[in-house]
Amino acid sequence: MEVKMHKFLVHKKGDHVGVATSDIEAGEEVAGVYMDDDSTVEVASKGEIPLGHKIAVEECEPGGVVIEYGVQIGKAPEGLSVGDYVHTHNLKSARW
Amino acid sequence: MEELFGYRRENGRVGVRNHVVILPVDDISNAACEAVACHIEGTLALPHSYGRLQYGEDLDLHFRTMIGTGSNPNVAAAVVIGIEENWTKRVADDIAKTGKPVASFSIEGNGDLETVRRASWKAKEFVQWASELRREAVELKDLTVSIKCGESDTTTGLGSCPTVGTAVDQLVDEGASVFFGETSELTGGEHLIAERMATPELREKFEETYDAYVSGIESRGVDLLGSQPTQGNVAGGLSTIEEKALGNIEKTGTREVIGVLEPAEAPQDGPGLYFMDSSSAAAEHVTLMAAGGAVVHMFPTGQGNVVGNPILPVIKVTANPKTASSMAEHIDVDVSGLLSREITLPEAGELLMDNIRRTVNGRVTSAEALGHREFSMTRLYPSA
Repeated sequence: MEVKMHKFLVHKKGDHVGVATSDIEAGEEVAGVYMDDDSTVEVASKGEIPLGHKIAVEECEPGGVVIEYGVQIGKAPEGLSVGDYVHTHNLKSARW
Repeated sequence: MEELFGYRRENGRVGVRNHVVILPVDDISNAACEAVACHIEGTLALPHSYGRLQYGEDLDLHFRTMIGTGSNPNVAAAVVIGIEENWTKRVADDIAKTGKPVASFSIEGNGDLETVRRASWKAKEFVQWASELRREAVELKDLTVSIKCGESDTTTGLGSCPTVGTAVDQLVDEGASVFFGETSELTGGEHLIAERMATPELREKFEETYDAYVSGIESRGVDLLGSQPTQGNVAGGLSTIEEKALGNIEKTGTREVIGVLEPAEAPQDGPGLYFMDSSSAAAEHVTLMAAGGAVVHMFPTGQGNVVGNPILPVIKVTANPKTASSMAEHIDVDVSGLLSREITLPEAGELLMDNIRRTVNGRVTSAEALGHREFSMTRLYPSA
């Protein structure tokens, strides 16, 4: 099996999002690594995602809580599907 | 492992720099201080914008910042200049409690020129005296280290903050003291810090401190949307304050927190990890930490914050490969290999610890080399 260089990292198993460690193109099949257990995941990106920006690796229902670091980082009013570019347009603070 | 050498001061505290500072008590004494520093090579004027008609807690904080800065072990001796004799002597007398040489001069009734003449003679004496002080062998446990990140992005949470967290755990285990703060920037992860407080009393004190800071913001009828996260944070991929806070908290390591400090307060409870109530603005924060007694600062950055401090060497750490290359002159420790998984977290922690040791021993940090000397007072409310 071809070993793909990872293009994103996920802090913890169960997180909804990973963080791009290289620029990712729309439609690209990208590999990611979970930092807590070194397991890998592959996702088809639905948008252009610059280094440091987030990609959804788990579905999230509309209005649902979004988890990163194993902790809530906000809510997704419209929900998230796997491969979505996740940023301020679809992820909102629950604090302010 | 590199042996450590520092300056052991009269009160036993250890510094890693040997500054002779010319400290203005108030804004209108800046000119005299800068004139002295201009005359006497090897002195360092610390101009700032405040010190007149402050009152109450805000005035207390001003004095604590002035006195703490002069008392910092990175300062060998201090010349204090203020407009009025009383406040000038108050600052100088409290710095003198450390045992280090201090002289005070007031401008009223003398004028700038006579004050500068007298203060310059004293500054020259102090510089020549300090130039003969020698570094001696010290240990990590002799150090007080502070941490704060800036221009954060998601790479700080992935790489540079966990690297600093590794170093914090190591320093605390060795018996050093470490300060962290950034009160409003814990929002979303404040429960994680509360859980690490050593006693229920401390937990309560922390929760009160946090709530007071955030309700102070809310009492102005505004929220921090648009300010926290900052425009730079958002450009770097951070979407919410909660996400920023969780990255930020990574740098505090995992040890229990043994004290909750007022801004610029020096700890009295022995070595360990302390929370200091503080702004998250870089220059203000680092100034408060230096006033609390920190002698080395670890500063993770994502998008590239350039802050420095006149008396506290600031070590910049980044895991963002773009910043490491586009702002290379500002970066002391490049841990971008964490993102590509070419290095492990313990290896990154060792890279940083090695840099700390070299900085303690006199290596000039990037911020020092680039002349970053931000000395910024925290204000609690407007002057009278």
